[in-house]
Amino acid sequence: MTATAAIGGDLGTGVEAVAIGASSGGVEAVSALLPALRRTCGLAVFVVVHQPRRRPSLLAPIFAQRCALRVCEPVDKDPVRPGTVYVAPPDYHLLVDHGPVITLSTDDPVCFSRPSIDVLFESAADVYRGRLAGIVLSGANDDGAEGLAAIAREGGVALVQDPATAAAGAMCVAALARTPAARALSLAAIAEYLHSLGPSA
Amino acid sequence: VDAQAEGIVSGPVDAGIELESFLGAILAKYHYDFRGYARVSLKRRLASALSRMGYASLARLQEGVVRDPAEFAKLLDFMTVRVSELFRDPPYFRALREHVVPILRTYPSLKVWVAGCSTGEEVWSFAILLREEGLLERTLIYATDINARALAAAEAGVYAQDRVPLFTENHRLSGGRTSLSAHYTAAYGRVALDRSLRRNVVFSDHSLATDSVFAEVHVVSCRNVLIYFERALQDRAVGLFGDALCRRGYLGLGAGESLRFSAHRDAFEPVVREDRIYQKVAA
Repeated sequence: MTATAAIGGDLGTGVEAVAIGASSGGVEAVSALLPALRRTCGLAVFVVVHQPRRRPSLLAPIFAQRCALRVCEPVDKDPVRPGTVYVAPPDYHLLVDHGPVITLSTDDPVCFSRPSIDVLFESAADVYRGRLAGIVLSGANDDGAEGLAAIAREGGVALVQDPATAAAGAMCVAALARTPAARALSLAAIAEYLHSLGPSA
Repeated sequence: VDAQAEGIVSGPVDAGIELESFLGAILAKYHYDFRGYARVSLKRRLASALSRMGYASLARLQEGVVRDPAEFAKLLDFMTVRVSELFRDPPYFRALREHVVPILRTYPSLKVWVAGCSTGEEVWSFAILLREEGLLERTLIYATDINARALAAAEAGVYAQDRVPLFTENHRLSGGRTSLSAHYTAAYGRVALDRSLRRNVVFSDHSLATDSVFAEVHVVSCRNVLIYFERALQDRAVGLFGDALCRRGYLGLGAGESLRFSAHRDAFEPVVREDRIYQKVAA
């Protein structure tokens, strides 16, 4: 069974960007997914992982070792380029504005989190509309639930790590409760889906 | 973002027209120009204002604030206030101590501009740092913002006591030479910054969007303000900083900010790249 079959239908068509949110247990989950992205996929990938606020953060270097795409911690107003993974810097919200262009903010934490998954997902949904896939991974809070709902509302793809397979399932449960149409998948199935994105080889 | 405010964050194309009309009305009535602000953050701030101030739509909010200056004052808080911390991002202050203070010591008198100071945490951090380095007595700190209520809070220098452990840890990590508690007094769940720190600070209303340079300064610190501006307004602000700075003066930005995309990038060179401390290039 292919990933697209697993999630039902041709959800890969037209997807230009992927937004990934993770919290407790999330570094491992994101690390498991990134190798699936093909070098030629042409996607812009945005990643929020809740982490200690101290800089420098080691997330971007850790993820870069696992990924064929360029991985960076962006600065404000970085133009969004295809084939690049943008990892939210510590203690900033990561947003996408029309352009598309990276925007950072030090607005109050959302769901006690800065960076917040909701903030990323809502901004990316506004820019990419139906051309966005949102993925909520392991975590022990409910950040990402509102954001994934925004992505689904705009016609984007809404995926959630199967709570039973997550190191911490609460964030996945909250996302599924808020967006019942979102698909709960194993990391392997999500990885297979990511591998299917982009021009066929 | 709740359902009521949802339309403004991810609404139809018409929402953009409504927003521009709103910003135009505020400019016409109150002479505050937000047209150069980054739209994605502005929309989040306004969505929050709508739900917290109890308006059903941006059009209603526009009516409310145009009719009532008190409502506009409330809105201005939603649009401009950034809560910070004493010694937020400690490596920045540590880098100032190590790389900038030794040069500042060579000047007989100093001027520092904290631009967009909001509720003052950065201002008092500078005052404490300069006192610890023995430079406060010869320094004048200009603290500016567009929000009069934020400026009043900055000048009061009073913060909730439950934030003090964070401030203390920041201060320690910044290379603080004294105990932070030597610089404030605590009472009734709040702390007030030491009055003696205030003699060298001037608070004033100043807009990076519409005002011009008011003094020559040795240091400009403007952290996490430019991220709320679009590129053109960022260029205007950094242009002001360049004009205000003395020869080889210093500019400090936030960790997530950069001059990489600035029209003025060649007017500055990095001194401590990872901590976003720049120096004006000799003309």
